[in-house]
Amino acid sequence: MSHSPDTDAQGGSEATLGSYSVGFILAIILTAIPFAVVGFGLLPRPEALITVGVTAVIQILVHLYFFLHLDVSREHLANTMTGVFTALIMAVLVGGTIWLFYSLNYRTMMGGG
Amino acid sequence: MATTDAAAHDGIRAEASQGTVVNFGFWLYLMSDVIIFSMLFVAFVNLSTNYAQGPTGQELFELPLVFIETMALLISSLTYGLVMICLRQGNTKWVQGWLLITFLLGVGFVGLELYEFLHLAFEGYGPQRSAFLSSFFTLVGTHGTHVTFGLIWILVMVGQVAYKGLTPAVASRLTRLSLFWHFLDIVWIAVFSTVYLGGMYR
Repeated sequence: MSHSPDTDAQGGSEATLGSYSVGFILAIILTAIPFAVVGFGLLPRPEALITVGVTAVIQILVHLYFFLHLDVSREHLANTMTGVFTALIMAVLVGGTIWLFYSLNYRTMMGGG
Repeated sequence: MATTDAAAHDGIRAEASQGTVVNFGFWLYLMSDVIIFSMLFVAFVNLSTNYAQGPTGQELFELPLVFIETMALLISSLTYGLVMICLRQGNTKWVQGWLLITFLLGVGFVGLELYEFLHLAFEGYGPQRSAFLSSFFTLVGTHGTHVTFGLIWILVMVGQVAYKGLTPAVASRLTRLSLFWHFLDIVWIAVFSTVYLGGMYR
């Protein structure tokens, strides 16, 4: 049992110590930055929130690429395409709901408190 | 001899494509989980300032604790990567070793989360205190439940590797567990960014 067909079919062939290490180091850096910015109060509110958001998105992409091996190669295309479709649905649901509630709070003057 | 080789080769190919289909099905499950989590996130974001005169996230959250939780889960992602590498090398002992290390890191994560939850509940800031805390416990608790089931799955796989060895079926299950475990780490990135770090500025 030196070579499993199943591990080759999904995420096995590219899974090397090198790729995992690169992903891990990038993830550590992308975690340390937002925690440092927020924990030590390095930036004012808007810039800090933008930093948290941007590093989170980049880190999710790092995880998808280095840990889940999601890319546009032929064998992973089906997964990637359903992932893109899910992202579209998510954008409609999340964006739509936040918009709706923001508008509702605004019109009824029932903002959080 | 050539024909049996060809037949064996076809068998491996059939198995490989079946593995791809099974993994794709599991991937679709994960995508439906993404939708569930995204709705829980939306609920949290919409309710995150409804404190009902109760405490805010800034008053409740302890960032060092969250940072340690994050590191435990991140390192466990790396150690699960090592499980997959040892699996390809056919190294049964280290597949089990890294699975157990991944398990311990996951237990550390869930333990810290339980400590945080119980601490909040004993202080009187349980899910019933405000809409903010209800949505907080629902979102973070759902993720924690996923991790707990992942831990059970890891233990089951340690047993399967011990009793069955690294058969193609076991290897296939380990591949899906890998997808699940890395997926939970991705959800946690969204949790610590939205709930904890974002919560410091609400």
